[in-house]
Amino acid sequence: MVADIGYGVIFIAFLVALYSVGAAIYGDRTKSAGWVESARRAMLLLWPLISISAAALIYLLVTNHFEVSFVYEVISRDMPTYLKITAWWGGQAGSLVFWSWLMSAFASLVTLRKWDRDREFLPWVIVVTSLTTAFFLALVVFYENPFAEFWRGPDGKLIADASGNAIKSMFAPMLNASLAIPTDGNGLNPFLRNPGMIIHPPMLYLGFVSFVIPFAFAIAALITGRTDDRWIRITRRWTLWAWLFLSCGLVLGSRWAYDVLGWGGFWGWDPVEIAALMPWLTGTAFLHSVMIQEKRGMLKQWNMLLIILTYALVIFGTFLTRSGILSSVHAFAESAIGPAFFTFIGITFVGSIALLIYRWPDLRGETEMKSMLSREALFLLNNLLFISVLVVCFWGVVFPIISEIFTGQKVTVGPPFYQTATGPLFAGLMLLMGVAPLSAWGHSSLKTLGRAIWKSVIAALVITIFLFFTYTANPIALVAFFLVAMVILVTLQEFWRGTAARMKAQSENAFTAFWRLVGRDRRRYGGYVIHLSMMLMAIGILGINLFQIQTQGTVPVNSSLSLGGYTVKYDSVAQFPGPDGQQVTRAVVSVYQGNNYLGDLYPRIDYYPTEKQNMTIPGDRPTLKDDLYIILVDWQPTSTNGATFKIFVNPLVNWLWIGAIIFLFGIIFAAWPDRDAERVPARSHHIHQPDANQTGAAD
Amino acid sequence: MGRTKFIVGGVLILAAVIYLIFSATKANAEYFLTVDELKAKGATLTGQNVRISGAVVGNTIQYDPNSLTLTFDVAQVPGDQKEVDAEGGLAAVLHAAVIDPNRARLKIIYNGPKPDLLKDEAQAIMTGHLDSNGVFHADELLLKCPTKYQEAVPNQAG
Repeated sequence: MVADIGYGVIFIAFLVALYSVGAAIYGDRTKSAGWVESARRAMLLLWPLISISAAALIYLLVTNHFEVSFVYEVISRDMPTYLKITAWWGGQAGSLVFWSWLMSAFASLVTLRKWDRDREFLPWVIVVTSLTTAFFLALVVFYENPFAEFWRGPDGKLIADASGNAIKSMFAPMLNASLAIPTDGNGLNPFLRNPGMIIHPPMLYLGFVSFVIPFAFAIAALITGRTDDRWIRITRRWTLWAWLFLSCGLVLGSRWAYDVLGWGGFWGWDPVEIAALMPWLTGTAFLHSVMIQEKRGMLKQWNMLLIILTYALVIFGTFLTRSGILSSVHAFAESAIGPAFFTFIGITFVGSIALLIYRWPDLRGETEMKSMLSREALFLLNNLLFISVLVVCFWGVVFPIISEIFTGQKVTVGPPFYQTATGPLFAGLMLLMGVAPLSAWGHSSLKTLGRAIWKSVIAALVITIFLFFTYTANPIALVAFFLVAMVILVTLQEFWRGTAARMKAQSENAFTAFWRLVGRDRRRYGGYVIHLSMMLMAIGILGINLFQIQTQGTVPVNSSLSLGGYTVKYDSVAQFPGPDGQQVTRAVVSVYQGNNYLGDLYPRIDYYPTEKQNMTIPGDRPTLKDDLYIILVDWQPTSTNGATFKIFVNPLVNWLWIGAIIFLFGIIFAAWPDRDAERVPARSHHIHQPDANQTGAAD
Repeated sequence: MGRTKFIVGGVLILAAVIYLIFSATKANAEYFLTVDELKAKGATLTGQNVRISGAVVGNTIQYDPNSLTLTFDVAQVPGDQKEVDAEGGLAAVLHAAVIDPNRARLKIIYNGPKPDLLKDEAQAIMTGHLDSNGVFHADELLLKCPTKYQEAVPNQAG
């Protein structure tokens, strides 16, 4: 009953989304404000409708309705209620509903803004967002229905297909069939029960979905011919928030891998990880290059291309995690929705590119780029490097498919490929982070740049030489640490220079001057905070990748293992039931540095009987210098002769997590709405396109 | 003049990136093979890094926690997604591979903690090399357990 309501409402939502697309197009073509308003209202109806359907799904999950296939697949009776709710996005069908729900919420938010000066964008923003929502709803309605149920025939037997798979259907597949109600479900994969994994998918999806908004405005700008930077100004904050959510999703995913997967790393260049990284790369390039369009009126075509690419990668990313085409540790099952995704990406991409080509002449730059060292040239270089990283990632992901097509043989590339290919590119990006903030718009020369940077370079060299004698002789590490030091020094110098100038000019004290400086230009100084945090993260990544050490061994009680200055003494092991239905085996080890007792750690193995699955949870001791990471591999319950441990020392890795927190703070600082955001006049003198655009735009 | 400078710069960067990608691909490309394909190529691959996929045969799993040495057999599963679909999905294919005694099998040795997902009828994807005795030494071991609802017929219903 509730399942029927859920399905019925989502089907209605699908029709409403289609209506909203049609009405918006018709309203724009016939210049009928009434039709456009009707389309807008239809779109505003989507979120409440999908919410009802989602509520039905959550109700079914929480009340153990195992006759519903999705409920059977993702939960079991012994799961706590909050996990049953979050199981909503723990499986494929539910996460598609979740995606549509977020998309409709964002679309509603954006249509509720004041549209006075941008009326002509409205119908096309509705078309793009509703069409995207309609696509995801269609997947739910026609391919991956979370409300489909199991049935048994009049003979009492479960209705199954030829190969014995239970048939899932909304309606009775034969006469006199009744619902088949299993007594318990499969349960959620224990790996996905970690708090990091519970909020990781929503963050990623929020990032994915919010990038649709700038794309919708870009398409609206292309169709209406209003190709000035208005669309960029409207969506600037959306883009930053999208970037924040996506970054947050990536960070949480890495932390989850570090905490739960127990291989001592955080990023494995898995196709699904790369799928989430790719839109982040184009999004980051886009954030930088829109500044050039705003300041200099250049790179308009390029910005369009970047946002179109980002949208395609957002959908492609959702597709990669949903289809079975690539092997991956991520456990989403294969399904029939791959071709549907591929078709949708193909059509929207080709359509957007065709529009872009049509408007190409209108998108010419207003000024020419002159100096190779000007801010805009360096930004362009930054963009090229980001796109190069993207190309490396994309190549790595599709290479097995390409090689199979051309040679009949599947050939893959692993993490070493990505590391060697992206390493120099990331180094280039770091160099740019050091140089670009010092360059001037329009024109810079080696002389002016050199004068601004030489102090930082020399200081960074001194630090590098110091590190050479005290820490490492690894040449890659030394080059990287030099770049890190230089970027940090340059960025701090920028903060100091601005503050000092204000102190002098306004005769303010240092604190007031600093506060007003960053408050007046939050995007710029938020950006610098992000650069600084990136460098902290780089320190962590370099540390764990270049200097990780490990050992392993079986030790009896009261004996110890040593690694990297730490001594780990095995004290005891105990078994007890956990709060989540699992059987916990927990070892107690005490950690010493020399004779100095530092504390106890509790590496453990949780066994989930319903899923017949072990989960190894490391005990770790974070410090700024390194992270002691201990895995309980095995223990002998009958004898006293001990347990087996694997121990990692991951130098500097905690700077990654510290950097990540500062990074998120930096984005929030840059993206926080101004009190008078909408009242700031855009470069109104730039709206010089004739009004004809509003009539004959999309012919 | 101004334009040529940028075009030359752009072309140089492009060339560098293409070189980077191709040299990295060449240095790191690994064949992705099924057990059958690996056996067919056999000695020609000895010592070379390859990636293989197979179904874990549960009753062959042996683990020595003292040396952290893990050994198990994997059975041949088709590498082509279409074949997998035709046979009723990944879970069915893995099940069929493990219960069929006539399938080609390959012995795997891996050193490290026993992965949580290593169990009967899991799909294993391993990177490593074949030694002269036909044993595969895995350096990296990825495991994938398909969600089983397709075959887990809920027949315990009341």
